[in-house]
Parts: sequence; C-alpha cells; structure tokens
Amino acid sequence: MTATTTTLTPTQTQTLLLKLTVLADDEIILAHRGGEWTGHAPILEEDIALANIAQDELGHAGLYLTLAQSLGGSDPDRVAFWRGPDDYLNARLVELPKGDWALTMLRQFLYDTYEALWLEAATRSTYAPLAEVAAKAVREEKFHLQHTALWAERLALGTSESTRRIQTALDELWPYAAQLFQPIDGEAELTGVGILPDLSAVHARWHDLVTRHLHDKCGLILPANAEAGAGRDTHTEHLAPLLLEMQSVARDYPDAQDW
Amino acid sequence: MTTQPLTPDAIWHALSTVPDPEIPVVSITDMGMVRDVAVDGGSVSVTFTPTFSGCPALHVIKASIEQAVRDLGVADVSVQSTLTPPWTTDWINEGARERLREYGIAPPAPAGHGLIQLDVEPTRCPRCASMNVRMTASFGPTLCKRMYVCDSCREPFEGFKSV
Repeated sequence: MTATTTTLTPTQTQTLLLKLTVLADDEIILAHRGGEWTGHAPILEEDIALANIAQDELGHAGLYLTLAQSLGGSDPDRVAFWRGPDDYLNARLVELPKGDWALTMLRQFLYDTYEALWLEAATRSTYAPLAEVAAKAVREEKFHLQHTALWAERLALGTSESTRRIQTALDELWPYAAQLFQPIDGEAELTGVGILPDLSAVHARWHDLVTRHLHDKCGLILPANAEAGAGRDTHTEHLAPLLLEMQSVARDYPDAQDW
Repeated sequence: MTTQPLTPDAIWHALSTVPDPEIPVVSITDMGMVRDVAVDGGSVSVTFTPTFSGCPALHVIKASIEQAVRDLGVADVSVQSTLTPPWTTDWINEGARERLREYGIAPPAPAGHGLIQLDVEPTRCPRCASMNVRMTASFGPTLCKRMYVCDSCREPFEGFKSV
C-alpha cells in the first residue's frame, strides 16, 4: 500500500492546481447549464432535481477551488466570476447549449458516470487532501447517477419520439465526451505517484458502464469512438455568452461583501 | 453574571440548542455535524463538517455556532470545517430520528458501504410505518431529501437520503 502524503514538489503543486481548476470548471459550467432549466423543466419535480444536481456540482467546484486556494490558487469566487472564455478550461461537452430534455439528461448521465468513477478512484489518491475531497463528493454523485441513468432508460425505452431524441443526443454528444479523458500537461507524473487517478483506467471503466447501460439495457446505438480533439483552451462559440450571463451579477457589483 | 469554568461539555450543551436551519426540529449536534470542541483557556475552537458540499446553509450554521458560543460569554471563538471523515446520515442520533419521523420526514436507512450503486435504499412511511411506498421524485426541497408517497395511507412525505 502506498503511503499518503501531504507534501508536493513545486512542479506537482502547479500541475495539481491546474487539474483542480479543470475539474472545477467542468462542474461550474455544467451546473450553469443545469440551472438554465429552473422554471422551464417539463415538471416541477424535475425542475427541482436539476437545480439540486446543479447545486451539488457547484459544491464540488467549491471543494476543488478551496483545495486549489490552499495550494496558492486565487479566491474561488475570483476564479469562477472573473475569468473569461480564454481562461476557462472546461471540456466542450459541458458548454454546449442545454438543447432538449433528452440532450440535457444524456449529457448529465455521461458526465455523472465519468465524475463518479473518477471520484471513486480519487478516494485512493496518495495526496490526502484530494482523497478527502473525493470521499465527500462521491457520496453525492451516486444520487445524480441514479437519477440520470433512470432518465436515459425512460427516454430510450419510451415512445418512438423519445427514443429518436435520446439517440440523436447520443450521436451529438458522444464525440465530445472523449475530451473528459484527455490528461492535462504533466498529469502523467502525478498519476505515476498515485496523486491523480489514471484517466485511461477511468475511461475503460466508463466505457464499460456506459455501454452496459445505454446499449445493453436501453438499446441505444453507441457511435464510433472519437478523438479528444483540441485542448481545453479551445472552446465553441457557446461558452462566451454563458459566462457573460453567469458572471454579470458579480461583475456589476465587484465590491459586494455579502451575497 | 456568575463565571462558570468553561468546559467542553458546556459548549456541547450550547451547540445542542442550535437548530439545523433547514430542519428546525433537530439540532446540529443531533445531526452529527459538530465533530470537535476544544477549550484552551478563554478561547474555544469548534470543528464541524458539512452535510452536503453545496449546502447553502453552511454559512448560517457557522454563524450560529459562533453566536451560541459567544452567548456563553466567550469572546474568542473560531469555527473550522472539516471534510474527514465525510458526514454520513448514520451519525444522526436516535432521538433526532424519532423527531424527524414525528415531523413527517422518513429518517434515513443505514448508509451501507457501496458508494456507487443504481438501486435505492428502502424507506418506511413516517405516518403509518408501511413500507409500501413509492419515490415520486429522487430530489426534494433540500439537498438531503427526496419525495415519496405512501400507497397504504396515501400521504405524500419527504424522506432523508442515506448518505
């Protein structure tokens, strides 16, 4: 068994800081897309569910950014509200417009599966503060997975229209999901010493779980595997307007002390 | 005002009167959120753990802890939060479980060890104790609850998630 550590080399610190920002950015942007359904979801219960899920994801972003701050990163609110689209490092998957209900639920399912498996692996991080964050967040993530797995099933096995919609969403989103498993610069070194989970192992488990659910159980057709494409500093045209809306209140009241 | 020696017990007692902001029939000590109390001369340090990481009541809870200790005449109070070990509904004490039930909220089932599972835990109706219940929404009005209806007594109710 590998011993846990609380000390990092300067290079490890910089890489981990970047990785924590990447993780937080995915959560923040997806949470915003989830929040866009507030007041618009098909039924009240689902409106509440998505708001709950979004709130949990923001909580996870808060955990990551608080840990990043302890490693020399900026204040979490600064990181969230005062960086523009050139500085955000979220995957393109999470910034795509919310689309229809099938796209929203399927994206959340693909993401939750990845997040739950990554967190589960991160609970064994040799860097104790990250293992603690992961142990906290993974307990919440299981509720998201239960919910979105059920929705994927309901839509896939529902009417011909719902099946068509979720298959269309899967065809659109599948290529984007590959980016979640693209390591950042220097990540291999942290994986080598057990600080970060091995993304390729997480990818294999993800692919297995997603295939068993979406294909074997729900009868959907998985598209061919895609390349991750450009790095996380490359975005679609959809990120800038999202940030404009998300950050407007913070930027209108830069001196606010109390929220 | 009489000065009594400041003991951890006195602090714990004061904290046991701080209600959970979202479920006022239980206190933060009932919920197992207070993890440690340390008294060093005239200064008091309280460590608590969040229930859910995105819980919007966290700053309210922190302020309430500070106030409860200040009300004992302590000027020097610090409140820290910790993530380890992560909070579990298994820490909710028996008395609080009964008060939750009376309040109409099904207390949580034992959390178990499987962290990633697609099945949901069994739940009992807080009014008629039937297990013939259906979940109507897997999320509820707060992060810690979900919605059910009882098929025996026909009442809708909230149930605690097992975490």
